Amino acid sequence: MNRLSREQMAARVARDIPEGAYVNLGIGLPTQVANHLPADKEIFLQSENGLLGMGPAPAPGQEDPDLINAGKQPVTLLTGGAYFHHADSFAMMRGGHLDICVLGAFQVSQHGDLANWSTGAPDAIPAVGGAMDLAIGAKQVFVLMELLTRQGQSKLVPECTYPLTGLRCVSRVYTDVGVFAAGADGATVIELVEGVSLEQVRQLTGLPLTMA
Amino acid sequence: MIDKSQSSCATAVADITDGATVMIGGFGTAGMPDELIQALIDHGARELTIINNNAGNGDTGLAALIANKRVRKVVCSFPRQSDSWHFDAAYQASEIELELVPQGNLAARIHAAGSGLGAIFTPTGYGTQLAQGKETREINGRHYVLEYPIHADFALIKAHRGDRWGNLVYRKAARNFGPLMAMAARCTIAQVGELVPLGGLDPEAVVTPGIFVQRVVAIGGCGPDGAARTTAAAAQGEDQ
Repeated sequence: MNRLSREQMAARVARDIPEGAYVNLGIGLPTQVANHLPADKEIFLQSENGLLGMGPAPAPGQEDPDLINAGKQPVTLLTGGAYFHHADSFAMMRGGHLDICVLGAFQVSQHGDLANWSTGAPDAIPAVGGAMDLAIGAKQVFVLMELLTRQGQSKLVPECTYPLTGLRCVSRVYTDVGVFAAGADGATVIELVEGVSLEQVRQLTGLPLTMA
Repeated sequence: MIDKSQSSCATAVADITDGATVMIGGFGTAGMPDELIQALIDHGARELTIINNNAGNGDTGLAALIANKRVRKVVCSFPRQSDSWHFDAAYQASEIELELVPQGNLAARIHAAGSGLGAIFTPTGYGTQLAQGKETREINGRHYVLEYPIHADFALIKAHRGDRWGNLVYRKAARNFGPLMAMAARCTIAQVGELVPLGGLDPEAVVTPGIFVQRVVAIGGCGPDGAARTTAAAAQGEDQ
């Protein structure tokens, strides 16, 4: 079956981010969305450790230990960017000021429940960071993930079995085989990668998907 | 004359007792007050409850405090990282207790403590394991979890510049939790890269007003003996 590369998946999300949007990109693959945002549009990237107007990684040798992103990697600040403390940063989310956040996920339910902070493994050290705040804070939550696990199980599911990050919070799911909408009435297909059929994604997910 | 500046980091942390609750600023290593933490290690206080976003990175700062077995409990949002080996070992050996708090709730609870609020209703975490057993309320159709303020005996924070009244400005993303923790602790100790004369900070740009800060230590001037050499220079600068 035809599938998008991770780079293509990141590029696909970037196409749906309009000029002027305030956007938080989660750690991992979502961070790569930044590489595909069009240079001729002004889009404001927020980093929850206190940056708005976050720019790309600095040139080698120009790293500043006080200027990092949420993944603790060195970044830059664009001209016109701003610094702020953690209460303001999370007020931007909870207060509904952030337009879009893009997150990775272990599972998303057809109704938009998100599981992305813990697999529930008993011996693992739990860590949540800003995931729960981002999930319920942004006006739109986009999940960016491969549809299947390495074992071939769908990560778009009827109900999440992993511990939840947030309830009914995901609006769209961008995957390597297509884009899905999640909501109260269940998941629907917004678009499929060329060569992928509706029947195929129904089989992969076990969900009664229809075209949106 | 009010002078909150301290002669050394050791002096600044000398009254932190065993069992104290200590907030430590920083997100990863950005804003981590390494010199104050080293002084706290040298000072020897044990059984500490530490509030920080993480649980130490690498071998310095909070990680060193944990490695030296001074920490009984950590309240944080994200302990597990590629370089959190000292915490990981202590946690797996059941030598350290962990209270996991979503990052925005951590910030809001610290802010609530500093603002004198009795509690907050937050939407973050509703319906998840981290809200289990907690009181909830529906307000205007949205669900919230009741969370209580987080207070501390001491806050150790790092700022870019400060003056002898305790006014502070920060540098870039090293600001993070500093301004909130300064509000929430009974005694806030700020290490600054530079102690400037009164008037040396633009009042429009002060991020933490001095009312929230009890002690300031200049690190830029800390010599091998820990003496803060820029203190006298700053006072001189004021006179000129």
